[in-house]
Amino acid sequence: MSDFSANRDFGPRISACPACDAAPLAERVAGAAAARGDLVLSLPTAHCATCIADVERALLAQPGVRAARVNLTLRRVMIDAPGRSAEELIPVLENIGYEAHELDASILTSTAAERQGRDILMRIGVSGFAMMNVMILSVAVWSGATGATRDMFHWISAVIALPTVIFAGKPFFVSAWHSLKAGRLGMDVPISLALILASAISLFETINSGTHAYFDAAVMLCFFLLVGRYLDFRTRAVARSAAEELTALEVPRAILLQDGAEQVVNVADLAAGDVIRIRPGARVAADGEVIAGMSEIDRSLLTGESLPVQAGPGVVLSAGEVNLTGPLDLRVTAAGRDSSLTRLAHVVAMAEATRGRYASLAERASRLYSPVVHLLALFSYGLWLYWTGDWRVALNVAAAVLIITCPCALGLAVPAVVTAASGKLFKRGLLIKDGTALERLAEVDTIVFDKTGTLTMGRPELISLDALPGDLRPVALAIAGASGHPLSRALAAALVAEGVAPAHLDRVAEVPGFGIEGEVQGRRIRLGRADWVGATAPESADGPVSVLAVAGYAPVLLRFADALRPGAVACVAALQDSGRRVIMLSGDTPTAVARAAKDLGVTEFRAGVTPQDKEAAIAALATQGAKVLMVGDGLNDTAALARAHVSISPATALDAARVASDMVLMGQDLAPVAGAIELARQARRRIKENFAISIAYNIVAVPFAMMGLATPLLAALAMSVSSISVTLNALRLR
Amino acid sequence: MEILFILIPVSILLGAGGLAAFLWSLKTRQYDDPKGDAERILSTEWDDRPRPPPQKSEP
Repeated sequence: MSDFSANRDFGPRISACPACDAAPLAERVAGAAAARGDLVLSLPTAHCATCIADVERALLAQPGVRAARVNLTLRRVMIDAPGRSAEELIPVLENIGYEAHELDASILTSTAAERQGRDILMRIGVSGFAMMNVMILSVAVWSGATGATRDMFHWISAVIALPTVIFAGKPFFVSAWHSLKAGRLGMDVPISLALILASAISLFETINSGTHAYFDAAVMLCFFLLVGRYLDFRTRAVARSAAEELTALEVPRAILLQDGAEQVVNVADLAAGDVIRIRPGARVAADGEVIAGMSEIDRSLLTGESLPVQAGPGVVLSAGEVNLTGPLDLRVTAAGRDSSLTRLAHVVAMAEATRGRYASLAERASRLYSPVVHLLALFSYGLWLYWTGDWRVALNVAAAVLIITCPCALGLAVPAVVTAASGKLFKRGLLIKDGTALERLAEVDTIVFDKTGTLTMGRPELISLDALPGDLRPVALAIAGASGHPLSRALAAALVAEGVAPAHLDRVAEVPGFGIEGEVQGRRIRLGRADWVGATAPESADGPVSVLAVAGYAPVLLRFADALRPGAVACVAALQDSGRRVIMLSGDTPTAVARAAKDLGVTEFRAGVTPQDKEAAIAALATQGAKVLMVGDGLNDTAALARAHVSISPATALDAARVASDMVLMGQDLAPVAGAIELARQARRRIKENFAISIAYNIVAVPFAMMGLATPLLAALAMSVSSISVTLNALRLR
Repeated sequence: MEILFILIPVSILLGAGGLAAFLWSLKTRQYDDPKGDAERILSTEWDDRPRPPPQKSEP
């Protein structure tokens, strides 16, 4: 829920930051374009040095562009160009062969995350420096330095290590303090205790020229745990910035009609009663009623229906629908956050609440681990105090126990596995938004697919090309090519693939809501609805149809079907082969659903399912004990996505559906879904192995520590060997 | 053993130098675009003279 509102919260962030103007000069120079970043464009195809040079040169050659800098890692270009709009600059890039899309700069909030990342990196740098220097001195002590030399080395170590522990350990101290205040015993409490106790004991021993000091262990602990924390942060930052980019690609703008003049405004500024114009191909920005214009509307993202519906004056539209053919003027009835989106947010929040919070493996492990470690340390302290009556020795043993049991494996191994796994999935085109999603994915035994837009492309494909006589094909291509309607585009694509050359049209006019009309050598040609072209409508239409009527020829009925998404058949087959149950729930008509099910090999399917039914179906499966993976893209899937054990939506899905799901499929191919479950199972196995490895280390090392035999050398060895072995095990993931 | 009085400060100073360089590179945001920086070195633009600083812009 918090995610949902955060993503919806488009505030005027640029002006809300007066301190930005006073930022240090160094930051300003390097990030000049980013800081003022009037425009941010996404460059999905940029990949090399030439791309950078081309894009920057082309943009800087434009009047009004003051700075342009490509960030190849993010595949974006930041442009400082007051007075220029993205619509003017995108064609400049397209002319030199680079695909470019405008990004909504107000959503790209990665600067705060970047600062956090730099902060952790700085602490890693400092603790790394301290670790190396203290280790040099410690090795000298371990190899036999005695007397004044040892004391001097201890003192130098103390001077380096104490400030380092205070600075580098701050994130652990802060988080431990928070969890103590909340009455919990998090993983950071034993870490902080070990850091503080080790430093204090070592300082005390140094002052009294004792033999053992644990300065090296304290800084090493900081270093390893910070590395784990940074890995964790990177994984989440990469996922968040990619998810933000998807959201930012849909710049929320609408065309407001005021006294007959068009004006581009932000969707957030719309109010009930405004009149907005929806151009063909655009998404309806707000709920409202059509007051002028005729067109067809694609509702598939809302209802799952693959057939477009007619829209004319009086028809009520909801935000998220796509206008297909003619411009429509709409009187807004509910805008922005008051519209269907709020109702949806409510449903999603309800569904998420019923799902409950998932405790990750690491959380469950640390819940067991923290009390055990504290009890062990306390027990050793009491035992040694009883035996020797010397609190100094007892405290030394307790500190050794805390250091040796410290959760390097827990803090480093889990992030290392998750980072490796999500990096692999990201390369295959699957973006993980939620940290525990990987573990939940590993448990999945039932997969529920939506049809339209998920298993299919939500885009029609011509299936009756043979019905079109060869001599009509050039004419058909010419007239279809003149229209932006999805059926016309599908017809044109099919004909172009056949190598047909278009005929020359003398006259062409689109009649919104009905079809397109043209003239070739005096013959009238119409392509569109059956009743409009003067043909009888087919009795059983199990998919979209269009009729081509050329004067002097019999009308040709063209049938279309929703094209299957690439990889969909293979994905369903792979899931079924692995013994999982595959179900298809769709809001589309029974015939269309049955045909898609037959093509895909899905045996369990239901048609005409409402959004409530979808959520209920998933809830019913959950009560039967099934772990459900929901894959869907529409508003009608959103509640089901939030309710399912784990959920995936394609990048073409509505923003709300992407926000509600745990993972986003970046490419068109559906095949990575099946592989992702296997990878997730492998990752879970690695995490468990890593727990086993660190438990084994502890079983060997803890008795030594409790017997008072643990020297600083042994502690350093145990810590680094266990950290390195769990990291290597994590990297074995394929 | 007197050599230690020279060598230990030297080793710490060298380490501190490395740390300072790392912190400077962090401060000047040199890790924002690692891929882009790796590619930019191959570009022949600005090989003859340094790139002029971005034009001064008044809000």
